[in-house]
Amino acid sequence: MNTTLFIFNSIPLSYYILLSSLLFGIGVLGVLFRRNAIIIFMCIELMLNAVNLLLTAFSTYYSDAGGQVFVFFIMAVAAAEVAVGLAILTMIFRNTGSVDIDFLNKLKW
Amino acid sequence: MTLSVFYFLAFLSILSALMVVISKNPVHSVLYLIICFFSIAGHYVLLNAQFLAAVHVIVYAGAIMVLFLYVIMMLNLNADVEPHKAKWLKVAATVSGGLLMIVMVGALRQSELPVAGADSSIGSINNLGLVLFRQFALPFEISSILFLATMVGAVMLGKKEIH
Repeated sequence: MNTTLFIFNSIPLSYYILLSSLLFGIGVLGVLFRRNAIIIFMCIELMLNAVNLLLTAFSTYYSDAGGQVFVFFIMAVAAAEVAVGLAILTMIFRNTGSVDIDFLNKLKW
Repeated sequence: MTLSVFYFLAFLSILSALMVVISKNPVHSVLYLIICFFSIAGHYVLLNAQFLAAVHVIVYAGAIMVLFLYVIMMLNLNADVEPHKAKWLKVAATVSGGLLMIVMVGALRQSELPVAGADSSIGSINNLGLVLFRQFALPFEISSILFLATMVGAVMLGKKEIH
């Protein structure tokens, strides 16, 4: 009980909002900046983690366990997504010999 | 004390996240992302969510990042074969990403949020287990179906065509 009260007193919730938005922005920057599909994937994980951190912060500051359960489910979905996504990337590499997203422009308008 | 721990972890996570984007070698990117995930696990501990911190380390650092590292090493990606965008595209990406960050920080900087209640037992595995298996029992079971579908899909995608 004491430690939680201590956190409430010493770290304002807005600090966590700022940190999460910065991490999310860095993830967006990485998606725009890189051409390697695996790095882009990692930046998407970074964005997911920024949202997870914010959900946990709100859940703790408002004493609602639902937020942490949501984070748990997001982690499960992220793990599933990574497994399928990396399988697709390995297939792309096998067929084109590269993970450069600029080669994958057949569906581009 | 708590605030300085927060500042250290925040600095570490933002710096390693930036290094993920900047570093030329994909293996270095993965290693920096692991550092970032560990510092986020530190944030979870700071937020009194011990169960989430443990799950985060096991799932992300233990499973997902190993998968990334394995695929990068299997495909033999390194700094020499790393594709690069054109200079002006990099500048445009940095400018637009920076603008997004400025807008978000500027919009959220002054946010005053009332803080309700102070219950430190929220993040304990005891409490979370009760919530998970009472309120969220159905989504929990559905996520197992998702995992089954994922498993079959990943194996089917990864398999070589047999003719």
